[in-house]
Amino acid sequence: MRRRRPKLAVWKFASCDGCQLALLDCEDELLALADAIEIARFPEASRAAVKGPYDLSLVEGSITTPEEAQRIQQVRRVSRVLVTIGACATAGGIQALRNFADVKAFIALVYAQPRYIDSLARSTPIADHVRVDFELRGCPVSRHQLLEVIGAFLAGRKPQTPASSVCLECKRRGTVCVMVARGTPCLGPVTQAGCGAICPAYDRGCYGCFGPMETPNAAALGGRCAELGLSRAALVRVFRTFNAGAEAFRQESEAHERPHDQG
Amino acid sequence: MPAQFVLSRAAFVELLAALRAQGYRLMGPTVRDGAIVYDELSGVDDLPIGWTDEQDGGTYRLTRRDDAALFGYTVGPHSWKQVFHPPAVKLWRAVRDERGLRLEAEPLPAAKTALIGARACDLHAIAIQDTTFLHGPVVDRRYEAARRDTFVVAIQCGQAARTCFCASMGTGPRASAGFDLALTEVLDERGHRFVGEAGTPAGEAVLARLPHRPAAPEDLEAAAQRHDAALAQMGRRLDAGGVRELLQENLDHPRWDEVASRCLACGNCTMVCPTCFCTATSDRGDLAGREAERWQTWDSCFTMDFSYVHGGSVRRSTKSRYRQWLTHKLSTWFDQFGRSGCVGCGRCITWCPVGIDLTEEVRAIRETPSRPGPAAEPSHGHP
Repeated sequence: MRRRRPKLAVWKFASCDGCQLALLDCEDELLALADAIEIARFPEASRAAVKGPYDLSLVEGSITTPEEAQRIQQVRRVSRVLVTIGACATAGGIQALRNFADVKAFIALVYAQPRYIDSLARSTPIADHVRVDFELRGCPVSRHQLLEVIGAFLAGRKPQTPASSVCLECKRRGTVCVMVARGTPCLGPVTQAGCGAICPAYDRGCYGCFGPMETPNAAALGGRCAELGLSRAALVRVFRTFNAGAEAFRQESEAHERPHDQG
Repeated sequence: MPAQFVLSRAAFVELLAALRAQGYRLMGPTVRDGAIVYDELSGVDDLPIGWTDEQDGGTYRLTRRDDAALFGYTVGPHSWKQVFHPPAVKLWRAVRDERGLRLEAEPLPAAKTALIGARACDLHAIAIQDTTFLHGPVVDRRYEAARRDTFVVAIQCGQAARTCFCASMGTGPRASAGFDLALTEVLDERGHRFVGEAGTPAGEAVLARLPHRPAAPEDLEAAAQRHDAALAQMGRRLDAGGVRELLQENLDHPRWDEVASRCLACGNCTMVCPTCFCTATSDRGDLAGREAERWQTWDSCFTMDFSYVHGGSVRRSTKSRYRQWLTHKLSTWFDQFGRSGCVGCGRCITWCPVGIDLTEEVRAIRETPSRPGPAAEPSHGHP
């Protein structure tokens, strides 16, 4: 008799759907995945949904509205294991830029009828609201790491997603350091590995998509980037992207931000 | 000293062809992504002809030379450990099917490799890795297989970078062992040529098939000048005398806190170090639980996972991790392997994104030594 396949659910909060797409991008592995796990709820792939509870929930997106703050509680209740995927779910995403500004002012500027908008003042990660069993970083997540997390769940083991720097991945693939050889500011030394060090392989500095590494020394890197010519305003922006709300990046961006000098 | 000979540039091209004809894969310097890296060469045109490097703490720039030297640079971000101790290696694979569980070992590397352009510091680094992998209680069969058929064409340094300090470590700039052929590249009014010596019968055998002539006094003088230039340009100095004891007696020196405030714990120094040898082992499995692979990848003592044991990481602070790296490299390496683990190549200085300079760190500790005392967090001899 065939063993009951565990039920997988995918949930979306404030996000761009890119991390869910990483799951659909697992073209070669999708059949094996469907064989090993019942994809019970995945609106990005199918409108059909199987009722909960679910053995594994993948949660994409951050909490930005009162409705989402309610709904995540319900998701937690119907999920045995809850894994957040992507920078929105783990750090608040690019929408956490609102955390540094007045969201009411934005709403007044954008919407003709602001009273219809019900938005929280801050964009926050899922773990600020419910217990999270595992956080998978990235903007978007790496499909290899996503499969690793699902595979680890199926095998009952810990996922292998090292929290060390992007530099280790760069050096292992033999990429020449863009910061040392070209003077290009790069967040690699303070960013968690996982993407495979893509940007430096194409002569770009790391943008920090995977958020702070395990022991980030953002102040030392920020100082070096300033020596390489980044202005204070540029430093604020460099640390304030997809993981703006992650603690180490938030602190470093604020350290370069002076009142009335946000140019 | 064995008889010195002279190879013309054309004869050097023949040397590469002769090695290829003998089945050697040629590994050597080439320009890629703004640096001189080691990669497979198809011939002399792949060499960094007319290029040089300018290096300092945290900075490296390729610049044009005013001549067409083939080896007119010092060292780049790669070392030969890329060849013999690759960054990622599959060790074995396991398959589970109707017939049961099978283990399939990954075949050992079989390539004959010729190193073109190894420097004196590189040769010492290879000797150190040989000690680690071949002369300890356990022989690494993969490394042994990769090293077995190696032909080394050393190039004597004719210049040094601002980050070089091989003279302090007794590893250069002149290569005196560990090569089949050692050549000094000379470009002067007498022409573009290589003044060299054979170090092994294999080197003599290859040389015998190449057009060459005995070195004249002028050739030897020109080669000696190149050597003197490298020595004079040595940009860094490390007072290695008693450094083994100095670090052990200063495990609580305030300098460790100071360097930790600058250190990114990114691990770049360990990746570019030609003697750092640590690896992590990980298993990768498929979703169905039918296939698994075991991989060995370069690891770094700067990660938290590196010292993770039941209950957490032993070296939680960046201070303890930097101290572990430096004391192992310069001090406890003696306890473990009977010599220093540093060859003075300067790669860790150049490729540190914030330019931390181990020669400066040692100097700072030497200038204000603290009294020996019990260490709060002892440093371990083993990595």
